[in-house]
Amino acid sequence: MIRAILIFNNHGKPRLSKFYEHYTEDTEQQIIRETFHLVSKRDENVCNFLEGGMLIGGSDYKLIYRHYATLYFVFCVDSSESELGILDLIQVFVETLDKCFENVCELDLIFHVDKVHNILAEMVMGGMVLETNMNEIIMQVDAQNKMEKSETFIFQSTRQDR
Amino acid sequence: MSPSVPLQEMIRAIRSARTQCEERGVIQRECAAIRAQFRQADNGGRSHNLAKLLYVHMLGYPAHFGQMECVRMIASSRYSEKRVGYLGAMMLLDEKQDASLLITNSIKNDLSHSNQYVQSLALCTLACMGSAEMCRDLAPEIDRLLRASNSYIKKKAALCAVHIVRKVHELGELFAPAARSLLSEKNHGVLHGAVVLITELCERSSESLERFRKTVPDLVQIMKGLVISGYSPEHDVAGISDPFLQVRLLRLLRILGRNNETASDAMNDLLAQVATNTDSTKTVGNAVLYETVLTVLDIKSESGLRVLAVNILGRFLLNNDRNIRYIAMTSLQKIVGTDHNAVQRHRGTIVDCLKDQDASVKRRALDLSLALVSASNIRSMMKELLLFLSSCPPELRSQAANGIFTAAERYAPSKRWHIDTILHVLITAGGDVRDETVPNLIQLITNTSELHCYTVHKLYRALLSDISQQSLVQVACWCIGEYGDLLLRGDCQEVEPMQVCEDDVLDALETVLQSHMSSTATRGFALTATMKLSTRITDNVDRIRSIVSIYGSCIDLELQQRAVEYNALFKKYDHMRYAKKDSTHFCCCGVILFCSVNSFAFNVILEPECEQLTMHVLTLYGLTL
Repeated sequence: MIRAILIFNNHGKPRLSKFYEHYTEDTEQQIIRETFHLVSKRDENVCNFLEGGMLIGGSDYKLIYRHYATLYFVFCVDSSESELGILDLIQVFVETLDKCFENVCELDLIFHVDKVHNILAEMVMGGMVLETNMNEIIMQVDAQNKMEKSETFIFQSTRQDR
Repeated sequence: MSPSVPLQEMIRAIRSARTQCEERGVIQRECAAIRAQFRQADNGGRSHNLAKLLYVHMLGYPAHFGQMECVRMIASSRYSEKRVGYLGAMMLLDEKQDASLLITNSIKNDLSHSNQYVQSLALCTLACMGSAEMCRDLAPEIDRLLRASNSYIKKKAALCAVHIVRKVHELGELFAPAARSLLSEKNHGVLHGAVVLITELCERSSESLERFRKTVPDLVQIMKGLVISGYSPEHDVAGISDPFLQVRLLRLLRILGRNNETASDAMNDLLAQVATNTDSTKTVGNAVLYETVLTVLDIKSESGLRVLAVNILGRFLLNNDRNIRYIAMTSLQKIVGTDHNAVQRHRGTIVDCLKDQDASVKRRALDLSLALVSASNIRSMMKELLLFLSSCPPELRSQAANGIFTAAERYAPSKRWHIDTILHVLITAGGDVRDETVPNLIQLITNTSELHCYTVHKLYRALLSDISQQSLVQVACWCIGEYGDLLLRGDCQEVEPMQVCEDDVLDALETVLQSHMSSTATRGFALTATMKLSTRITDNVDRIRSIVSIYGSCIDLELQQRAVEYNALFKKYDHMRYAKKDSTHFCCCGVILFCSVNSFAFNVILEPECEQLTMHVLTLYGLTL
């Protein structure tokens, strides 16, 4: 099971934080800080697996992370997930974001964090991997966005009519 | 009231704040505006406001006042509002809050909505934060969706069912038949969900495990289809067909085959096929291979297959990718107890990994190397381990040193080798060893009488070069005190000849006594050693007496007490010093003193001539023999 998915930049500012277990707001922020502290210390040429910090489950949980340019993508998982599989999943996630946002960069994640949540919701649900096929994910996300747009359009046109 | 600012503008405003204080100000203003808007009746910007609140929540600011708004949004009929409302529910609500109960009804309605995306929102939220009561309430709905809906909803319902089973174990029974029938689906997403659900059910109850063992042939069939099938573009990742599903299937097969002969037999061929045919040049291939290896090693597989699996792990150890090396070593660690010989074959590679730059890999390599030490390879392994010790990161030093001691104790080919090894460790990492090393080493030296000369020479040399390692200095002082005469005689065959005169030895001990690096315990050893030397040397007894008397006024109570007692011995029993030119004579007094002050359990050999002296010393301490 995946306990948390965190994206933060090189300075530790959170860009996405999804927790699949409930924590208080304070604890969530502490976890983000602790995870950033653990991950940012790592050299570029070491392996991508870490023991989890104390707050997020200790040695039962692993942090699996990937560093892309200015962002760290960190998945906190327990032993039921395959480590190499999660690494691949992070790759799929980033590629999906790239397709959806067209050459995604940090600013896209900052200004469209709700869209990132929607994409993530098609991949991971309740802490479990839901779908790993990039095309399938994009298709579903597009369909949902279309639905939302059509609603807004109807609403706006009814407003103008009044 | 300020006009509602769309989400992007608010983000821009927050980012342009130059200080933390400014950012707090912006956010407080926004939150106040949002709160006011929530209190208003329906307006067009509702979803924007909640989205802004969620952004603020991610940055760490309190957002609990949005909980009721989430409930309201979920009940709305508009998809965009529902979407944000459910997202808010997942972020802000949890089962401990009362508000979460209020959304149960909305979820129930949305589960039977005509639009599949609304259904999926409800499923997603239930799977994320559904409480036990909500799960019990809605389980029949989920079961219905598992059987009769499209693939998109089925796969989500499957994972939702997993969450329900985790919260309410008894409901596992409810989902078992549906899970079984899902295995015949073609859609990979649904298959994936089904496998996860079955895995969960099997892990929870042994009856389910028994029941699902019957599905092993079906699972093998599905797996075969993935492995042998031709290129299928929609599931292909770098030439491997749906590696994620393959990994899940292998994991389930592992659970079903554990401790069960029939099930394990049924999957032997498949595992061999996957192990040999999977392309290991890409990461995805390695993920599948790794899972296969874990499965083979966990079930009752035939020995040929096990050897194949361990060889794959050995190949992983040579892989350029650090991640692969790390997990290979983690797995080897798990099986080193059961498949010891197979792992031994890869000892060379493992030992090479001690020199890896990555600290995690080094740690694993150390654990494995210590586990692989045996009587036949002790010499070569120890060479590597000692080399590692001299350059290893500080956090691993103590583990390495203690591991080396244990290995040396168990498999030492000769006493001399044993002593050499311990000395080497003390010189390199003396500060990181356990406290009982010093008495253990002293005992070892005492028992190895043929090496006393060699040992004292080596220790004296070590003492001359470095007095910072306390354990080493303590043992060296003790040795010099005990066997100082052998040192002064200077004729040891096994070391290079070195002329040592009495002054040199006393200089060395005095340096230890006066150095700021020496701890109190170390000083105690040095003082006792100086005292003991008074029977072994002939010319410098006065020097010893003066050294000892200085410490009669030392601030430290322990040293002062010792020095005073030694002085007393000097004064009262000087005539007995050379009564017998036998060092055991005065030695036994020194040993008793040493014993009583340090509470060691040494054997004391008493000779009748020194009985009077001994009894006096004992009464001094209020001890009986």
